[in-house]
Amino acid sequence: MAHADTHNAAAHPHPDAHAEDTMEHGGHGSLREYVVGFLLSVVLTAIPFWLVMSGAIPDPRTTALVIMAFAIVQIVVHMIYFLHMNTKSENGWTVMALIFTIVIVVIALSGSLWVMYHLNHNMMPMSHEMSSMG
Amino acid sequence: MGRLWLDALPQEPIVLATFVVVALGGVALVAALTYFKLWGYLWKEWFTSVDHKKIGIMYMVLGLVMFLRGFADAVMMRIQQSMAFNGNEGYLNAHHYDQIFTAHGVIMIFFVAMPFVTGLMNYIVPLQIGARDVSFPFLNNFSFWMTTAGAVLVMMSLFIGEFAQTGWLAYPPLSNLAYSPWVGVDYYIWSLQIAGVGTLLSGVNLIATIVKMRAPGMTMMRMPIFTWTSLCTNILIVAAFPVLTAVMTMLSVDRYLGFNFFSNDFGGSPMMYVNLIWIWGHPEVYILILPLFGVFSEVTATFCGKRLFGYSSMVYATLVITILSYLVWLHHFFTMGSGASVNSFFGITTMVISIPTGAKLFNWLFTMYRARIRYELPMMWTVAFMLTFTIGGMTGVLLAVPPADFVLHNSLFLIAHFHNVIIGGVLFGIFAAINYWWPKAFGFKLNQFWGKVSFWLWVPGFWVAFTPLYILGFMGVTRRMRVFDDPSIQIWFVIAAFGALMIAGGIGAMLVQFAVSIWKREELKDETGDPWHGRTLEWATSSPPPEYNFAFTPIVHDIDAWDDMKRCAVERPTSGYRPIHMPKGTGTGIILAGLSIALGFAMIWYIWWLAAVSFAGIIGYAIFHTFNYKRDYHIPVETVEATEAARTRQLAAAGA
Repeated sequence: MAHADTHNAAAHPHPDAHAEDTMEHGGHGSLREYVVGFLLSVVLTAIPFWLVMSGAIPDPRTTALVIMAFAIVQIVVHMIYFLHMNTKSENGWTVMALIFTIVIVVIALSGSLWVMYHLNHNMMPMSHEMSSMG
Repeated sequence: MGRLWLDALPQEPIVLATFVVVALGGVALVAALTYFKLWGYLWKEWFTSVDHKKIGIMYMVLGLVMFLRGFADAVMMRIQQSMAFNGNEGYLNAHHYDQIFTAHGVIMIFFVAMPFVTGLMNYIVPLQIGARDVSFPFLNNFSFWMTTAGAVLVMMSLFIGEFAQTGWLAYPPLSNLAYSPWVGVDYYIWSLQIAGVGTLLSGVNLIATIVKMRAPGMTMMRMPIFTWTSLCTNILIVAAFPVLTAVMTMLSVDRYLGFNFFSNDFGGSPMMYVNLIWIWGHPEVYILILPLFGVFSEVTATFCGKRLFGYSSMVYATLVITILSYLVWLHHFFTMGSGASVNSFFGITTMVISIPTGAKLFNWLFTMYRARIRYELPMMWTVAFMLTFTIGGMTGVLLAVPPADFVLHNSLFLIAHFHNVIIGGVLFGIFAAINYWWPKAFGFKLNQFWGKVSFWLWVPGFWVAFTPLYILGFMGVTRRMRVFDDPSIQIWFVIAAFGALMIAGGIGAMLVQFAVSIWKREELKDETGDPWHGRTLEWATSSPPPEYNFAFTPIVHDIDAWDDMKRCAVERPTSGYRPIHMPKGTGTGIILAGLSIALGFAMIWYIWWLAAVSFAGIIGYAIFHTFNYKRDYHIPVETVEATEAARTRQLAAAGA
């Protein structure tokens, strides 16, 4: 470690980092993984399209919810097959980052929806009259 | 030329005079640099350098320059408000005054506090973790120049056109095209967008550095507290700044393309802007204060000569603040009408966040308890912080009570509160840090006498300037007023203006302190590299540190690694050096930032051809840079040996 140059220092923070490294960075994905990921994302995109085009579910609200569910599965597929995330990669930092991101996004989205719903309800009472007047 | 024409040049005598003085000063500076043939030196050794230490110092210089500008705005407001009574209109017209309070806020947060904080983290973090540089040295240089590009755009607005007259967060509908038709808000948008690129990238860079480049043995729970708080700050930056970028983008498409995100028509809502910008804005205040909590922790432990009380509770308090800072944003707009349930939720979360902050204060107090405290300047600033910030924190908890907030919202009480925490926390922390780490950066201590003059003008000056604002706020005086009807309150504004004068003296004394210290640097010289008996790794190397920081990567066995090494009398290795692999400087950062200024300026003035050309230039030059393969070099063994031998002689002479 004593001779560590800047790049080496980046890659080998610990004396025993080398053994971990092969495990961490070895996983840039095999062709099989990419093909599976690609097929899955194509299928997961095709089904929502088909749902909308064919109108297989009569209720549009249900259709929207189903599409959103497919979108979430799609995100997970991307993370596993294209970003190669698992609980062990980068000593668990990627999972930590993912959990943090989810927490922040959930707070920001649900908070905004909650706040804006109340603001809309309390502060824009005239919107119906206005539109009927207009 | 779009809407740029001669009428964009200053018309008002005050601005015109400033323009002339600044232009003459600028010409004199350029002439001096040319006369002394310093351009080559600056370009080679500083502007194109990717050394984290030099970039850190450049950030601090940027922060200091912009601080003088922001403070000038503050003084102008204080003078205006102290005279505009009894039918006197003061000396600033509304158009000018509104620009001043907007520019003051924008500059102080984005171009003073942020560069100071980023500069400190840049300089100190790699040294504290025993690294040779940050993870992405070129990106670091690029980030600095993008921040500077934003600052340049704000400064240009002073003389070419106008700045926003909207207040520092540019709420719509006022910031929409209908009510702010000229270039002010566009200057605001583009300077923040360009500087935001720099801030975000430096956040990514420092996270990678802290996670990946720690010296062997430095586990997470052995990291210095400053490194911990820096990590949390950069996580907050990476999570929060994209929200600001998105909000600014939506505001720009509203203004440029006639969208209706934040208009009152077609389903838009200005309230959404307020909601979104505070989702960025509240984490932002913790982005500013957390690193300084780290500074105070380092200073307290060092000058009390013992390990920080409650290391792990300090770490967990920081982590709790990091998450909680995302749960309080609505307290900035209790009065917008979300109703009782929403308001009480956010009122309670706001009060909860004061608990980890309070825990930190007790940790510092318990560290000081029965310690032999050395009241050097950094410790003086730390004590001043503890007293000032506690009061600011308490007025904050008071404002967190929604019914109280309905009375005090947008009053001068709020202004006094956030200056109390930002000056008392962030600025005092910066001053503590400058006095503490200056010897590390330059190899000599700062002059104590002028430092104390500055301290004793600043701290009471702060209270003289802002206590009247608390009182006025209680009396119902609102912020951003240009003229007043009630002559009975004039006395408070006069007192506040006097406080600003004391602060001006404090700033002046600080500049004198820098000058005197540089003048007498031989007397103040520090040969040991460890003038304060420090505890963390930055003090293990020479002052200033060699380009490569550490000839050998230190090995860490405990919290406060350097203190541990001193106690175990670890021998400094003096042979067996190897060539050191280092990143090479590049002018790409400054060139891309220059093109970004052109792009921003073109967008602001609707000069579409220039926008297209500069945008293509940015993309093209960035691609061109990827073909630059000469991006590293080796420092030969002989140079390392010579540098380290000089250090050995220096240490022997200092008797350490």
